[in-house]
Amino acid sequence: MSHISFVRLCLLPLASVTAAFFLLPMARLLLAGSEGPRGLAEYLAIILEPRYRTTLLNTLVLAAATTVATLIIATIAGLFLQRQRFPGRTILVAILTFPLAFPGVVVGFMIILLAGRQGLIGEVSSRLTGDKLVFAYSIHGLFLGYLYFSIPRVILTIMAAAQKLDPGLEEAARSLGASPWAVLRDVILPALTPALIASGAIAFATAMGAFGTAFTLATNIDVLPMLIYTEFTLAGNLATSAALSVGLGVMTWLMLALARSFAGSSVAAAG
Amino acid sequence: MSTMTRHGAALKVENCGKTFADGTCALARATLDIAQSETLVLLGPSGCGKTTLLRIVAGLENPDAGGRVLFDGKDLTRQPIEKRNVGMVFQSYALFPNMTVADNIGYGLKIRGVKRAERAARVAELVVLTNLGGLEDRRIDQLSGGQRQRVALARAVAIRPSVLLLDEPLTALDAALRERLRGELNSLLRTLGITAIYVTHDQAEAMELGDRIVVMRKGAIAQIGTPREIYFTPADRFVAEFVGAANIIEAPIDGTHLVLPGGRQPIADSGPRNQAVAMVRPETIGIVEAPASGLTGVVDSVRFAGDRQRIIVRGAASIPLTVDAPNTIKVHAGERIGLSIEPNSIRLLPAEG
Repeated sequence: MSHISFVRLCLLPLASVTAAFFLLPMARLLLAGSEGPRGLAEYLAIILEPRYRTTLLNTLVLAAATTVATLIIATIAGLFLQRQRFPGRTILVAILTFPLAFPGVVVGFMIILLAGRQGLIGEVSSRLTGDKLVFAYSIHGLFLGYLYFSIPRVILTIMAAAQKLDPGLEEAARSLGASPWAVLRDVILPALTPALIASGAIAFATAMGAFGTAFTLATNIDVLPMLIYTEFTLAGNLATSAALSVGLGVMTWLMLALARSFAGSSVAAAG
Repeated sequence: MSTMTRHGAALKVENCGKTFADGTCALARATLDIAQSETLVLLGPSGCGKTTLLRIVAGLENPDAGGRVLFDGKDLTRQPIEKRNVGMVFQSYALFPNMTVADNIGYGLKIRGVKRAERAARVAELVVLTNLGGLEDRRIDQLSGGQRQRVALARAVAIRPSVLLLDEPLTALDAALRERLRGELNSLLRTLGITAIYVTHDQAEAMELGDRIVVMRKGAIAQIGTPREIYFTPADRFVAEFVGAANIIEAPIDGTHLVLPGGRQPIADSGPRNQAVAMVRPETIGIVEAPASGLTGVVDSVRFAGDRQRIIVRGAASIPLTVDAPNTIKVHAGERIGLSIEPNSIRLLPAEG
């Protein structure tokens, strides 16, 4: 057996798994999307049908808001944690990265415990103002859940990137008269940009597609993964849910590809 | 810029020490005066406190309580680096990778709010001075090591700093380039006429660049002097051995002579002692025909180095003597030779306590 054919043989398991669990279902999904009463127009319906369009926009806005909020919070926290040495720092980092261990369902449950009908926030607000503040079962609760979910991932990436930063860069900028803000703007953020893009893309993809948290909070939250679920299980509308699935996949993939081309480094898909 | 103008501030470092939080003393309390437009070199092995001292002057480290840093008589001890108007060149160069060469050089001026046209003029002036013409729009990762070093220097000088602080600026370069850039850096510092503090562990750099050298060891100043003073009259054995090559001979003194295994060697200054630690530089030892009286030894090895030859001689002193002889002298291993040393070139060092 020649060397080349041996290598090919080794690739066989991967090839068959890819074919069985990725290529075939994808092809089937693409096909299913066009097998409804509207044919290929089913794909256009994602944009043309007002209900679908609203959901799509909602999902995009949610994902973008999550990404921006996560990046801001995690960059500040990550830089602080990387630079400061204080007692309890290791424990704090461990606690902050704890959510990595939770699946989406648990995160959803925690949001309910925080902002649900029997939640802590409702309890406190009803004591203070007489008004019970409940927002767990809406897109706001979902936003909070995704934030909780994404912050640890971004913090870790930022800390790793900040550690690699030459301390001389900041000292050089300061020697030239740069204020702390100017150092942040001209030195630190540009150096962190690849890490910000990479981790931001993951946060975005997670918020676009994560299902567990949304499903735990409520079945009527107006985001794409929930829409796919309800179209499929409740309305039995296979063609629409297939078309929506393809649409969601393509948009998220585009986002990641765009981030990858900007960052020039590996951006792993998530969600 | 004329060659004769003096720039920068006169500096005074007063009673500055540095003890870290864990109790280690990085720098014993030191006091230094640096004249306007002087180049002062801090020389010593790694861990000797030279970088700590530089960082105290820069404002990147605070001295222990009681220490003061004065620029032209003004106490800047409490001012952070961004308020001190210092130009710094780092060993890593620390150039901003997200900016072009021109943007790097002009960064300090931009931060100071200098108008675009004026900034461009100053950058152009520095590009010429540091021989970076044609590279203005390059990114930093497109430059060679030597070019990066010059950009770092231009960036530090652009703001017309009170003092230029250089932290091992040539260490990251390979040996041949280092030697060439040392010459360039020297003439540039003379052209600029700016007060400069230069940290290095390389004694050849220190000799060539320094108006004065501060030799440091284990967080303390061992000696301050001109390169010639440091070389010819080192304060102690550490300085003698760290700066240039030195034969350190321990021998009894008999009146005005060192009593050596290979004969008696006259010395100039002995003082009232009968045991000496004497320093003899290799190039001050002459090789002569073996005399009837005087110092003799046996050639152990000869290493030809082109411009000179390094000869190791045994039996003359308690240790093998290193001799730098002219390249024309012909000797071979095993040959008995005479050594002639000018009494004035023997320096008696304080006995180690």
